[in-house]
Amino acid sequence: MTFIHIAIFLPVIAAIAIAIIYRYVKDVHLGWFVLPVPAVIAAYLFSLIPTVSTDGPIHQNLNLMPRIGMNFDVYIDGLGLLFAILISGIGALVVLYSIGYLSKEEKLGNFYVYLLIFMTAMLGIVLNDNVLMLYFFWELTSISSFLLIAFWYTKDKSIYGAQKSMLITFFGGFMMLGGFIVLYIITGTFSIREMIGNVDLIIDSNLAPFAVVLILLGAFTKSAQFPFYIWLPDAMEAPTPVSAYLHSATMVKAGLYLVARFTPVFAFSELWVWIILLGGLITLVWASFNAIKQDDLKGVLAFSTVSQLGLIMSLLGVGALAVATGANEEIFTVAVVAAVFHIINHATFKGSLFMVAGILDHETGTRSIRKLGGLLTLMPISFTMTLVTALSMAGIPPFNGFLSKELFLEAMFEISHANFSALADWSVLFPILGIVGSIFTFVYSLKLIHGVFFGDRSYDTPKEPHEAPALLLISPIILSALVIIFGLFPNILSGTIIDPAAMSILGTDTALNTQISHWHGFNNPALWATVAIIVIGGVMYIFRNSWMFIYDYHKEHFTLNYLYDQGLLYSQLGSKKATDGVMTGFFRDYMVYIFGFFVLFSIITTFFTGLPITFDDFADVGIQDMVLVIIILISLAIIMMTRSRMVSIIMLGAIGFSMALFFAFFRAPDLALTQLSIETVTTTLFLVCFYHLPKKSKHEETIKFKFTNFIISVGVGAVVILFGLSAYSNRLFESISQFHIENVYELAAGGNMVNVILVDFRGYDTLMETLVFGIAGIGIYALMKAKVKGKDDNNEEHA
Amino acid sequence: MELVTIILSGILIASATYLILSKSVLRIIIGISILSHGVHLMILTMGQLKRGNVPVLDDSVSTYTDPLPQALILTAIVISFALTSFSLILLLRNYKELGTDNTEDMKGVPHGD
Repeated sequence: MTFIHIAIFLPVIAAIAIAIIYRYVKDVHLGWFVLPVPAVIAAYLFSLIPTVSTDGPIHQNLNLMPRIGMNFDVYIDGLGLLFAILISGIGALVVLYSIGYLSKEEKLGNFYVYLLIFMTAMLGIVLNDNVLMLYFFWELTSISSFLLIAFWYTKDKSIYGAQKSMLITFFGGFMMLGGFIVLYIITGTFSIREMIGNVDLIIDSNLAPFAVVLILLGAFTKSAQFPFYIWLPDAMEAPTPVSAYLHSATMVKAGLYLVARFTPVFAFSELWVWIILLGGLITLVWASFNAIKQDDLKGVLAFSTVSQLGLIMSLLGVGALAVATGANEEIFTVAVVAAVFHIINHATFKGSLFMVAGILDHETGTRSIRKLGGLLTLMPISFTMTLVTALSMAGIPPFNGFLSKELFLEAMFEISHANFSALADWSVLFPILGIVGSIFTFVYSLKLIHGVFFGDRSYDTPKEPHEAPALLLISPIILSALVIIFGLFPNILSGTIIDPAAMSILGTDTALNTQISHWHGFNNPALWATVAIIVIGGVMYIFRNSWMFIYDYHKEHFTLNYLYDQGLLYSQLGSKKATDGVMTGFFRDYMVYIFGFFVLFSIITTFFTGLPITFDDFADVGIQDMVLVIIILISLAIIMMTRSRMVSIIMLGAIGFSMALFFAFFRAPDLALTQLSIETVTTTLFLVCFYHLPKKSKHEETIKFKFTNFIISVGVGAVVILFGLSAYSNRLFESISQFHIENVYELAAGGNMVNVILVDFRGYDTLMETLVFGIAGIGIYALMKAKVKGKDDNNEEHA
Repeated sequence: MELVTIILSGILIASATYLILSKSVLRIIIGISILSHGVHLMILTMGQLKRGNVPVLDDSVSTYTDPLPQALILTAIVISFALTSFSLILLLRNYKELGTDNTEDMKGVPHGD
């Protein structure tokens, strides 16, 4: 346990305190108590930057379950530190923003406890070398995300969105665990660094493709990649601070983190590169295309987030080429730098955009772009922030989004130089997809700015629009300022954060010395691509009304959401049907299952193990024994056949008394006595009950019913006989009886061995037996005396 | 003798199973009683039958019948008696409340219907 471990768990520890404070402090907004937590962690992590970038990764192990290899192995390298700073830094801003956003009447205790749990989970994912712990924290983020989406749990949409996100991300997380296990089978370790060290084993293994697909399922579901992105737009039902934090800046980037972290492991795999590259680009194009038609501000931002995540994903795909074809291939390391840079940039501009969307919602009462408009003069600060951040997202200079977008386009053009798989043959495809996605991005960015702040002032907003209070503005202003600062001076990041992170993705120790510049000369294809994007995008936005009709062709029945809803519906119906088919509610059916499986498994087991039976060492059979056997058999036959209850009760008594005689013959006088007296009482009881029961009862039993019962009972009987014989012929060890016989007088000073065993050697058993007897007695008393509500009169009559 | 008792207990248990699978609660209870008889016989057989003397200490006797199964069965008899009586009273009460001793008719009826 070191200070770093405590720092990771600090939010959860604080959550306990917050829950208590929430109960007693009502005057101050709870957020003020939460705010120091991420702020302190962020400050601490910032202080680690010089250490990590000069001295290399920090490594602190804490053994949790070393036997199964699950240890909290904290490992802070450039990549982990970058994510951790984003998590705590944006976390602090989001908490500050939430103080203005959520009123004190909301369930703030729940909100902040979930948020703090999420922080710990997220820090645990990125500052950790053990995949089992990674999985643990991974699912914890899904759980806290579920709780936060369902924060307004009275709304159906919130519940729907929460369930959807949970099902999809849990599915992915579970697949990912499978991938980790496959990797464990190959390499014999749960440590990511050791896996990277054993990459030769993974290259040689046939199982590697399974690991690739399973781990990518985890990454794609979490990072909302096509076709799993459908949960993210529905997750927008969460309060806006949550959307800004979990569903834009941090949690959805966990998938990117996973891909980046495993790049040194899987870069050799063609499957890995193709899936990430194409999956990312398809997500980019498809989600940005869909973002344009959204009317809800947060809907636009949700699809935008999905598409930007796709962009980063595809960059990581190109980055894998750098590892696969040698880390010195500078043209591909550009992609990794771009990916890391864009992760930072996206967090700044999208976080800010979400917060502005929340402000608009808060101050106008609606998030519908159609209802908003002409807010420029009413909300100038919000407008400025939207302008800066949306243009950054669109890739317009001089903002930071421009720099990383240009690096992205450059990387797409560079694929043509790739000497890997068939990538070079398809190299035309990648820049085109990248440019098309960027054009759509440009269009919806314009729509955000123009649709909300320009045009006619609309008057059908539920609230009178006015600029937000300072509390809501601070956080987005800070983020917008960062957009400008990073845009103008990108190299304050490159040496300190980007390079160490890129180096850990590439798995190399050689310094990169990245210099991000705004101008690459006229020969750069990315420059012309940017110009083309702006021109085409601008034209498309101006003439938007003439092509928007293509969205109408997207039929309801062909969407992934429809597939998900139907899948969910039918899996629920199917499981209900299956459950109803098995769980009939009839006692007899359950007994059939029990006995049936007893017979079935006994047969299967004996089939594999054999059942040795020897026929020797039997005592003689006397005449009197045979007489008893025959009496019992006849009584049984009568019970089976008779319809009269009286007869079966008497026959049951006959069996009982025969048993007592058996005991007498087999030299068990105590048993014989007990059996005699008990049998007498039991028979009396049966007769008393008989008196109260109806004369005739209708139990129509079909032949099929009887036949099933017959087969099962014969099976049970046969199994009992076989197992009995086998147990009798195979004595595996000496019985303890001899000890009892020898010590009955010395230890217990008694003569009757059975009695001594009962009251002395096994005294506690007998004590418990009396307990059972007592409980049965209480039960009987209660059954006789208790009255059922509403049926009192009826009872009196019978009693 | 042991062969006979093992087979007999098998038959007892088979009949008990058949009765337990039937619809009438009374037959189920009779089945449970028969089941316990079968099990007692089986346990007793496992300690071997008719070997040695009655397990009461006697200076003139050197071998005794195995006392352990007897102790087990003694407990079992009492427990099964408790079970049988409880089931019987349950049946009685059930019949008074529901008016039937047929398990098919006892399937969980929603409250208030």
